[in-house]
Amino acid sequence: MTGLSAPKPAAVWPLIASVAFAAAALTTLVLIENQKLLGLTLAGIAAICFAAARFGGVAATEAAASQNPWLLRGLITIAAMAVLYVLRDDNFGLLMVATVLIYATVCIGLTIQMGYTGLTNFAAAAFVGTGGYTAAMLGQKGGLPDPLVLIGGGLVAVFIGSLLILPVLRTRGHYAALTTLAFGVMFNVFLDANELLGGPQGLKIPGINLFGWDFSSDLQILGITFSFYVNYVILTGVLTALAMILAGLLDKSWIGVWLDVVRLDETAASVFGLRIGYWKILAFTLGNFLAGLMGAVYAKMTGFIAPSNFTFGDSLVMVSIVILGGIGNRWGVLPAALIVVLLPEKLQFIQEYRLLLYAILVIVILIMRPDGLVARRVRTLRMEARP
Amino acid sequence: MTEASTISLLESRGLTVRFGGLLALNELDIDVRHGEVLGLIGPNGSGKTTFLNVISGVYSASAGSIKLDGVDITTASAQNLSNHGLARTFQRSRLCLPLSVFDNIALGAQKRLDSGLWHNLVRRKSFAAETRAIAAEARELLYVFNPSLADKLFEPAISLGMIDRRRVEICRALIGKPKLVLLDEPSAGMTHDETDQVVDEILGIRKSLGGLTIIIVEHEMGLIERVTDRCVVLNYGKKICEGRFRDVAADPVVREAYLGQS
Repeated sequence: MTGLSAPKPAAVWPLIASVAFAAAALTTLVLIENQKLLGLTLAGIAAICFAAARFGGVAATEAAASQNPWLLRGLITIAAMAVLYVLRDDNFGLLMVATVLIYATVCIGLTIQMGYTGLTNFAAAAFVGTGGYTAAMLGQKGGLPDPLVLIGGGLVAVFIGSLLILPVLRTRGHYAALTTLAFGVMFNVFLDANELLGGPQGLKIPGINLFGWDFSSDLQILGITFSFYVNYVILTGVLTALAMILAGLLDKSWIGVWLDVVRLDETAASVFGLRIGYWKILAFTLGNFLAGLMGAVYAKMTGFIAPSNFTFGDSLVMVSIVILGGIGNRWGVLPAALIVVLLPEKLQFIQEYRLLLYAILVIVILIMRPDGLVARRVRTLRMEARP
Repeated sequence: MTEASTISLLESRGLTVRFGGLLALNELDIDVRHGEVLGLIGPNGSGKTTFLNVISGVYSASAGSIKLDGVDITTASAQNLSNHGLARTFQRSRLCLPLSVFDNIALGAQKRLDSGLWHNLVRRKSFAAETRAIAAEARELLYVFNPSLADKLFEPAISLGMIDRRRVEICRALIGKPKLVLLDEPSAGMTHDETDQVVDEILGIRKSLGGLTIIIVEHEMGLIERVTDRCVVLNYGKKICEGRFRDVAADPVVREAYLGQS
């Protein structure tokens, strides 16, 4: 019988070229100041991506990546180090990269919730905020080491999320979405009114200190000075990578199959014995943990949080990253977060029109690619099932 | 046709289902014997699919009781029923179309698979071993139906034609090694020839599995005549006749239910 034989070994150079291209594109977009150059670069990147998709470059990259997972991880590490070296003293650029990574990681959590399980969550920013405020409060009390503070941010977000589980399990589709939306709005009103949490003025938070590694001081490696923001880029990069691995393993396992079935057909799921509530709770918990964790990192990185950082609008931005990237495809959140976070900053020169231009761009992308930048592929456990 | 034993595998007593003012099933007593193929027939809206839905836990009974292999399953949830050895297909295909054929069939084997986080995320070797075993089983089952289907194990279900989707659905029901399989209109959406083909395949697989018990709901009388050992005729949620197809078809009460009073 066929279908079991090992696939043809794919050439690795498309993978190398793609990672190098992605790193170069990211660095250029972050560094660029001139608006004409920015427009040209964006058009150039779009053209190269289009050509790569049209002439099989993307497929070749995917084949090489799935056959050589360790090469992919090595290349990404090297590319990340190269990007850090180039951006080493660009504070604003590094802050942007770390912010993009934070958004991307929260959106990987949303991918588990929305893309895999079909739980629409319009309160992502509220869970990020929960993590941020937890970090702030734990920081004020002092005494707790920062790794625990960050994890605490995730755990409190899970706890707050568990209050929502009952209504989320009892409703479906638009109604479940409405429940989370109401929660997101409530959360913001609560923050605004709460004196203990600083009210509308917000709270100040000290930076991260991981086992004596002080994130607020510049980094000296091999005589090269890196801005202190590099610490945050490294931390957020590692967390993004871990979240990516988690989502990837989930997807390529029975759990991923069950989550998909829960999303696609609850009747079939229950007739074949799936515990729908259990799987929804698992996905909701994982996603909220990632949101809370990254919220704590965000709060510590910016040093200041206020209710206006975690509004319903921010939740919508996160949902739009998931959709723009290609719902259910964890890789899609990376370019989508880059576009959504970076572009409005880069388009400062047209002032208030920047949001208009950015919104038009998002709409155009979705017209050209209705399934998102990187559409989700059909899962095959072919590699796992190979004898 | 195989000779069915006389012990009941499924037993419903006084089974009643009400949807508001509508009495969908009215005090139904039905016995399904070990190893038989029972046909459930009756005009549209007579309660056939409702009966399948209530024994598979999709609806709950308003009154009465159901026993499967001596165990009371009246209040069991759909999730638990699959653990009791019940599997079914649906009138309208309920495959998850964006998923691969393999993922769909694996759902049928769900209760045997380890869904633990540790096993799935960390112990990838044992997960892969489990995947291989299920893939081999799925391929074997698909091969009985249609050898070319076995090669499409990792194709998305949406790429298959109607008849292959139906085959995959039946494989999904069979891979869990159920005691009782409920087939809800296996001919729906297929041509006459395709239906004949699928019926032959079901009979063939039943022989190779050695006496699987099946309840089949169907409008296509040719199919009922070929595959069933016994038939129960429903009308307005009540059992109006029971017996071999030949006898049932000749019964004046049944004829009246189908054709109306002359």
